[in-house]
Amino acid sequence: MNTDPALLRGLTGRRDALRLLGLAGAGLGLAACGVKGQKAAPPKQNDVQKYWAGKTKNGHVDFANWPLYMDKERTPLKDFTKATGITVTYREVIQDDPSWFGKIQPQLQAGQSIGYDLMVVTNGVEFTKLVELGYLVPLDHSKLPNFTKNVAPTYTKESFDPGNVYSIPYATGMTGIAYDPKKTGREITSIQDLWDPKFKGKVGMMSDVQEIGNFGMFAIGVDPEKSTPADWKKAAAKLQEQKDKGIVRKYFEQDYIDALTRGDVWLTMAWSGDIFQQNLSEKSDLRFVIPSEGATIWTDNLMIPKTAQNPVDAIMLMDFLYQPAIAANLAEFISYVTPVPGAQAVITADAAKATGSDKKDLQTLATSPLVFPSATDYAKLRHYRALTPAEEKDYNAVFQQITAG
Amino acid sequence: MRRRLAPYLLVLPGGLWLAVFFVVPTVVMLSFSLMQGDVVSGFRLTWHWQNYTDALSAYDDQLIRSLVYGLFATAACIVLAYPVAYWIAFRGGARKTTYLFLILLPFFVSFVLRTFSWKFLLADDGIVLSPLKDAGLLPQDFHVIATGFAVVAGLTYNYLPFMVLPIYVALERVDPAMIEAAQDLYASPAQAFARVVFPLSLPGVFAGVLMTFVPVSADYVNSTVLGGTNNTMIGNIIQNLYLVNTDYPEAAALSFTLMAILLVGIFLYARALGTEDVLEVAAR
Repeated sequence: MNTDPALLRGLTGRRDALRLLGLAGAGLGLAACGVKGQKAAPPKQNDVQKYWAGKTKNGHVDFANWPLYMDKERTPLKDFTKATGITVTYREVIQDDPSWFGKIQPQLQAGQSIGYDLMVVTNGVEFTKLVELGYLVPLDHSKLPNFTKNVAPTYTKESFDPGNVYSIPYATGMTGIAYDPKKTGREITSIQDLWDPKFKGKVGMMSDVQEIGNFGMFAIGVDPEKSTPADWKKAAAKLQEQKDKGIVRKYFEQDYIDALTRGDVWLTMAWSGDIFQQNLSEKSDLRFVIPSEGATIWTDNLMIPKTAQNPVDAIMLMDFLYQPAIAANLAEFISYVTPVPGAQAVITADAAKATGSDKKDLQTLATSPLVFPSATDYAKLRHYRALTPAEEKDYNAVFQQITAG
Repeated sequence: MRRRLAPYLLVLPGGLWLAVFFVVPTVVMLSFSLMQGDVVSGFRLTWHWQNYTDALSAYDDQLIRSLVYGLFATAACIVLAYPVAYWIAFRGGARKTTYLFLILLPFFVSFVLRTFSWKFLLADDGIVLSPLKDAGLLPQDFHVIATGFAVVAGLTYNYLPFMVLPIYVALERVDPAMIEAAQDLYASPAQAFARVVFPLSLPGVFAGVLMTFVPVSADYVNSTVLGGTNNTMIGNIIQNLYLVNTDYPEAAALSFTLMAILLVGIFLYARALGTEDVLEVAAR
């Protein structure tokens, strides 16, 4: 009774190879039926009641958000716990929409909890996918009294979620151009400045296909929201020219602020709040401009994934953030546009009470067009184009040719 | 009967582990690479071989670039690692373990952090470049970050220990009596090295190449952090296709293409070195 020599030789025999093939065949059989999509029907009136019926408060909520989107002490959450007794676990786990979607999609598809009851996703391709796949809870507006009372009317009729069926805004902001006037030596006013050969190797662009695509379209005089596939190709050619001439230093994800501060780039595509925060915390003198050709406005939205364990607690927190005092507190830290106009009065009042440098900072904030844009600013702002999954594939192919050098 | 079953029982846990976590995912990915569709409407297996040609024609530049960077970084690793390993093995004396520990020391710091610190050190107006520029030794628009050189240097730096250790192990095993024998036969030190020590250390070099070239070619962190607009590697593309575009079929097709190229490359390399059994050498 010796040991089987075939076993010692390992998988070398033909029989073993055949067995392995058999196993592979079984795996193929498993996968052969394909991976089903789950396109969901639009919600009916009674879906809201059906979902919320019998759901009760559990005393806890898990909140997934982006980095630097709340002060270090998490003051609004502490206030929430004080007011309601509900504890909150807050994690800064969302780096960008596509990778967040990529991470949670398999779990949502399997109907498993993603570990969070509340999350923040930007309007755009991923938002549309979450809605189409039926991964979001339809909101019960009777549980959102503060929202109904305090939200700015423009945020109740946004094209990506009219009537706030699935989401309410957390904060909104603009994508424009940030620059260091000491390095550029002149004011930047136009998208065309990003194509100026004088700034060769010192221009930063974003790697996000929607963001960079939008700027390419502004550069050729097209409104991104109304663009056609032919426009995308023209915009891509314009962006390719910028790259081929060596004007672009890098296609950035989140790290353009560091590069701008270090002097690796002199001007770059940027999000409004980042520049404001950087100037406040580093006392730097970076500028942010909405170019004359236009810029995009986007909305980061609070939403409840359908597998949430504590939806009632989550919706209570959503509504809590819409009290003007809480919204003001958030805006004071994140410096993006707040969806609660009543916050401006609160910040002005805070400024009157404060002293020294705090007073100056708060006054700057209350009057900043980056946090409370003027009507002329709003007129220059454009929205993202909604893309169907089929269009998205073409869109990605056109613009990733550029960012994936 | 029990004796006869024993070896199978011993191999069972490991075999099951590999079957569940390697064979099944590989097969699923292989079938993904032949599907068509998108996340919302679902993916269907249609034996769409075109995924491979599509992926290759769209990303051939990045694929070739990754292999070229991989070759450069691996070659740089050999050049840097061999003398270090040689010195530790033959001149290290009682402190050998200390020196080996020093080689491994950087591993105690997250490699993302280490790569990021390069970015600060080598910034255009940073502490290294700006004095050189002010002194007129470098042109004002000179930069290191965002070049292919920076990416290859970062790769070399991050994977150097994986080359040092196997070469060290091979050299350590060389019996000093062999060198003495060579010298007794009137070999000069250079000849003794070229004819005796170096051939005996080749299995170590081979293992080192295996452990650096494969991960280096698929790396995506260095090119993200240190690269510019024309330094994207195939790892970045695959990661992007999986996680950003959720285009699983094309991502899977590209992964398998890369895997095939690396496997063929390694086997050709093993043949060229004249090793009879690759796995046997790698196991040493």
